[in-house]
Amino acid sequence: MRFALIGQPNCGKSTLFNQVAGYKAETGNFHGTTVSFTESKVRVAGEVIHLVDLPGTYTLAGTNPAETETQSYLQSKQVDVIINVSDASHLAQGLDLTLELMALGRPMVLALNMMDEAKRIGLRVNGPGLAQELGIPVLPLIASKGQGVLSLFKAGLSLSRQTGPAYGKVQIPKEDALRHRLAGELAAKYVTQGERRLTWRDGLDELLLHPVWGYFFMAVILYIFFQVVYGIGSSIERPVLAAFNGWTDQLLQKVGMQTLWGELLFGLLQGISGGLAIALPYLVPFLFGLGLLEDIGYLPRIAFLMDGLMHRLGLHGKAIVPFILGYGCNIPAVMSTRILEERQDRFLAAALAVLVPCSARLAVVFGLVAFYLGPLWALIIYLFNILVIALMGRLLTLLLPEETPGLIMEMPVYRIPTGKTVFGKAWFRVREFLVEAWPLLIAGSLALALLTYFNISPALNWTLRPVTWLLGLPAETGVPLIFGVLRKELSLIMLRQALGGADFSAVLTSLQMLTFTVFVVFYIPCLPTLAALRRELGTRSMLIIAGFTLIVALTAALLTRGLGSLFL
Amino acid sequence: MIIGTLLSSPVETDLKITAIDGEKNLNIKLRQYGLFIGDQVRVLRLAPLGGPVLIEANGREIALGRGIAAKITVEAV
Repeated sequence: MRFALIGQPNCGKSTLFNQVAGYKAETGNFHGTTVSFTESKVRVAGEVIHLVDLPGTYTLAGTNPAETETQSYLQSKQVDVIINVSDASHLAQGLDLTLELMALGRPMVLALNMMDEAKRIGLRVNGPGLAQELGIPVLPLIASKGQGVLSLFKAGLSLSRQTGPAYGKVQIPKEDALRHRLAGELAAKYVTQGERRLTWRDGLDELLLHPVWGYFFMAVILYIFFQVVYGIGSSIERPVLAAFNGWTDQLLQKVGMQTLWGELLFGLLQGISGGLAIALPYLVPFLFGLGLLEDIGYLPRIAFLMDGLMHRLGLHGKAIVPFILGYGCNIPAVMSTRILEERQDRFLAAALAVLVPCSARLAVVFGLVAFYLGPLWALIIYLFNILVIALMGRLLTLLLPEETPGLIMEMPVYRIPTGKTVFGKAWFRVREFLVEAWPLLIAGSLALALLTYFNISPALNWTLRPVTWLLGLPAETGVPLIFGVLRKELSLIMLRQALGGADFSAVLTSLQMLTFTVFVVFYIPCLPTLAALRRELGTRSMLIIAGFTLIVALTAALLTRGLGSLFL
Repeated sequence: MIIGTLLSSPVETDLKITAIDGEKNLNIKLRQYGLFIGDQVRVLRLAPLGGPVLIEANGREIALGRGIAAKITVEAV
């Protein structure tokens, strides 16, 4: 038995899915595409149902791959019952899709979600009347509170036992515009507008989208967001890292350092602790906070406010999300480019977002530049980084063939998020890190261990000498730079090892530190980020972006070497 | 009857979409967001710095980039 959930974006379809699916859901892809759906097993009244959560779509007749894939999937006999989730407070649009789905002639249930929200704005929906006219079961639902979920699934089950869809007498027009008109007429007939109760949500945009105050509040909200993430992350990082270092020392004394097994064990523990102590403590609160901002409905507001500025980069407002994410970790940043419809926009946003210094590169900027040259220089690096990204945005836009068509984005009403959906979202994203990035990190650390054991460092330093020579850096910085591709913060840790001392100022000049850091900030994304790029955009785009960042890094570092010599 | 584009229209005025310029693609894209020719819309606000136009259509709020808003012809109702 397989049920497919389908609905327009922001209809609460995924909320329903998360309510019933728990955390065991699997994410899959449509064959040969990057369009993904999520599937989970649900047990209702003794029956096991495979529940498929399809991507949110406004229409089936669209041009993007998500829509065509969804349509052919629904038409196939793999789906027993279609559950169409519709936002009861915006029924006219929802019915557009409902009518389109009915044209497929498959057994189908319509769930009118957010009945509480509809009531709040004074709408009365005549569900039974609509059910009679359409000839399909129409059920009320408040997915965020779990109300009406069971009866919805029971209705689906009893429908699956019937033979053939018993649709009503409603004739579904083939033409889009006529169908749209019918949807409007049906909505007008079965939805009556009562008195609207004004609440705090209605006035919120006056402040949050205000031409002046809007930016003020955005700065405050993002500042608090990053402070909280940094606070939680650093308070976990220190004790966990200390514990791991303790265990590593104990274990190494037993196995013996300088042996192959000792080195491999060291690499393994480094890889595990890198994920557990350095990445996850920041990534989890970051993704959790992002899910919160998303469910409240604030992210589209940021996109709205930033659209004008983003246009100067050749992108539009929605592309701000990868940039915000990038400061935490480039991996979710690259993954989030999925929200952009045009492939060109996705490529551009990904290419620029990987230039944003993530928290691992923050460690290098702070550990080297802020510590030895002062925090002002760290700030200058950050501002310089933004300037370079802006310049590159302009440059790439000139090179890319098409002009970006501009923003079309729905502005959802503010909602009070439920813990379950926010946790669910954060977990799905964290899991992508656990499954895809962390194993690479561990493998990278093991490879490093082998390099160290077989003493390949001099050969690697020699290979990278043209770069280090060009930047005026000592030859020993070659290996840390190679290791930095595996994990960015390793470039600092390895630099310490390579230069054989804790005090960098004894072996590097201020200018060398600055040049090294600028290069690290911009050059090739780390291995897990490259993997994410490959998955989202393909191998060719990944290689182009990697090459692009290398050129940017070399240019920026050379510029630093030249300009910095005037000040340092 | 005053005719203009969504970009040049005053805020908080009832308008009706009469035409959508540009390639057919834009028409399809707007339909995906439930915007059709003949729909009633209102401009709610314009974002600063050349940002998008926020409109309300069929009870739903949609942000449109200025380039797109300029391609949508409307008339006052």
